[in-house]
Amino acid sequence: MSRVFISFLLAFAVVPAFGQGSVNVYNWSDYIAEDQLKAFTNDTGVKVNYTTYDSNEILDAKLRTGRSGYDVVVPTASPFFVRQLAAGLYLPLDRSKLRNWNNLDPEILAALARYDAGNAHGIPWMWGTTGIGYNVAEIRKRLPDAPVDSLRMIFDPAVVSKFKDCGVMLLDSATDVLPAALKYLGLDPDSKKTEDLAKAAGVVKAVRPFIRKFHSSEYINALAGGNICLAFGYSGDIFQARDRAAKAKDKRDIAYAIPREGSLLWIDVAAIPKDAPNPANALRFLDFLLEPKVAAASSELTGYANGNKAAFALLPKDISGNPLIYPPAAVRAKFYTITAGTSDQTRERTRLWTTVKTGR
Amino acid sequence: MRAIITLPFLWLGVFFLLPFALVLVIALGTNAPDSVPPVALGFSLKSFTLLFTDDLYLAAWLTSLRIAATSTLVALLLGYPMAYAIARAAPERRPLLLMLVVLPFWTSFLIRVYAWMGLLDENGLLNQFLRWSGLATDPGTILGTEWAVHLGIVYAYLPFMVLPLYAVLEKLDAGLLEAAADLGARPIQAFLTITLPLSLPGIVAGCLLVFIPAVGEFVIPDLLGGTETLMIGKVLWDEFFTNADWPLASAVAICLLVLLVGPIALFQRQQARSLERHL
Repeated sequence: MSRVFISFLLAFAVVPAFGQGSVNVYNWSDYIAEDQLKAFTNDTGVKVNYTTYDSNEILDAKLRTGRSGYDVVVPTASPFFVRQLAAGLYLPLDRSKLRNWNNLDPEILAALARYDAGNAHGIPWMWGTTGIGYNVAEIRKRLPDAPVDSLRMIFDPAVVSKFKDCGVMLLDSATDVLPAALKYLGLDPDSKKTEDLAKAAGVVKAVRPFIRKFHSSEYINALAGGNICLAFGYSGDIFQARDRAAKAKDKRDIAYAIPREGSLLWIDVAAIPKDAPNPANALRFLDFLLEPKVAAASSELTGYANGNKAAFALLPKDISGNPLIYPPAAVRAKFYTITAGTSDQTRERTRLWTTVKTGR
Repeated sequence: MRAIITLPFLWLGVFFLLPFALVLVIALGTNAPDSVPPVALGFSLKSFTLLFTDDLYLAAWLTSLRIAATSTLVALLLGYPMAYAIARAAPERRPLLLMLVVLPFWTSFLIRVYAWMGLLDENGLLNQFLRWSGLATDPGTILGTEWAVHLGIVYAYLPFMVLPLYAVLEKLDAGLLEAAADLGARPIQAFLTITLPLSLPGIVAGCLLVFIPAVGEFVIPDLLGGTETLMIGKVLWDEFFTNADWPLASAVAICLLVLLVGPIALFQRQQARSLERHL
């Protein structure tokens, strides 16, 4: 949460420096191993002006205003990258300059191609799932046989109501929660049909009395601090909560589960804005990101899976062997992605979501 | 001399009127999601008509007004005695007391709101105290309710209420109250007929300083409030960031300004007139 506002206050104050032999990279904070940036400068002589953000919204607003001055940015595929792509904000990638392209994971590329036909504009950086974070002890105390790896955990009133007293938070995001509700109903999670969305909204409305808050980042601290016991959120955020809780004075055991019905796959995409001042250096930087050792070192830092197949062998066992980070094929087969839709559909969905959240 | 007078106008022109004009131009355009920036300039009232035909915007607006109004009232009821006490304190102690009012500004607003989260959480300091002292075993949570929003707004804007009130009360001629007492007025009577009317300009200034930012407040309801508290600031955020509809977001901003500035300007004119009458 802090993230949105603090970065909001800072974001517009940071102006990247421009130069001949440089590349202006705008990335999520803690998203690339810093020593790798030095390695890039040593290898190529290109200086990296590295600035970070904490929310897709900041990046989106900057890109849409135009002349952002960035050469490489890393938006989340849906709904941001795909929307920016439709607005023509990105340069097509010159594959001949990307010698390391073949290191990429074909499975992730195929998923990303749903947003970006032929993977013409972006390379997958980190990816993860959307699922259920919970406080093991509190859940066990209230419902010993709780279906922790099912969407019933958050959408079945009979289950969620058990956890009302210890606190439940859902993402404040129509593009994450409504598709999951559709999935829960056995409908197409990408459906844009009004009647389907109304049904999905009905599911969320039915559990709304048991939800403490809809928020897209507050659940990290709330889970870690024991203020809530159940959250629907992004895998990476819940891992953060788990690590913080484990370090806390009164240790809490936070766990993450990928819903067995299927999980929305999130992918952060490295791409070059159309008005990038140093497009040639941007390509060199992307090619550098495609090197297995760079992706592996960054995964070690973030604890997320990366889209680089060749990097897999270089990862420590606790990452590559973790089924919550690199899920087995049977779980991956149930990943889903959603398409952007028109701006009228976006408006309709946002409005619907507002009525659901506020209980109107 | 002329330069000194021009400077504030120049400032207002560059930092208020110009941005306002830009926002107005965007509001009159239409949403063009596929261009940079995502606005097609023109003269369209589409965004404004949408604002007035969708009851969700009206509901958000009314909620914002209600919360701002109650918070302002509470801030006044708390701030008036504070300002009064400071104004009546021994002159050498006043700077210290004023300093205490202003002191919170030395810490970032954002951090202070976060501190409230730490106080009001389920396992926050307040609940820890309630459980420890045995006053309540299951105290419930204030965080995430409209109570917390009110609390946050009153806390954050209280100095803006106290300072103008103090400025007025401090100048109040104590002789008037002595005269009233000599003529047999009880203290409460003297307060109601002398102090209160004379401090009216301070009350108005303080209320405006609290009410206006409170209506458009975004950070406090987002951090301290629950999801069901729909305020206009959140609507603006959604239009700009979630829907990426700049014209509609701008239209919300324009309406916010016009609906606030209109009545306030009217009120101030009335005030000025009544002041002239008294003189």
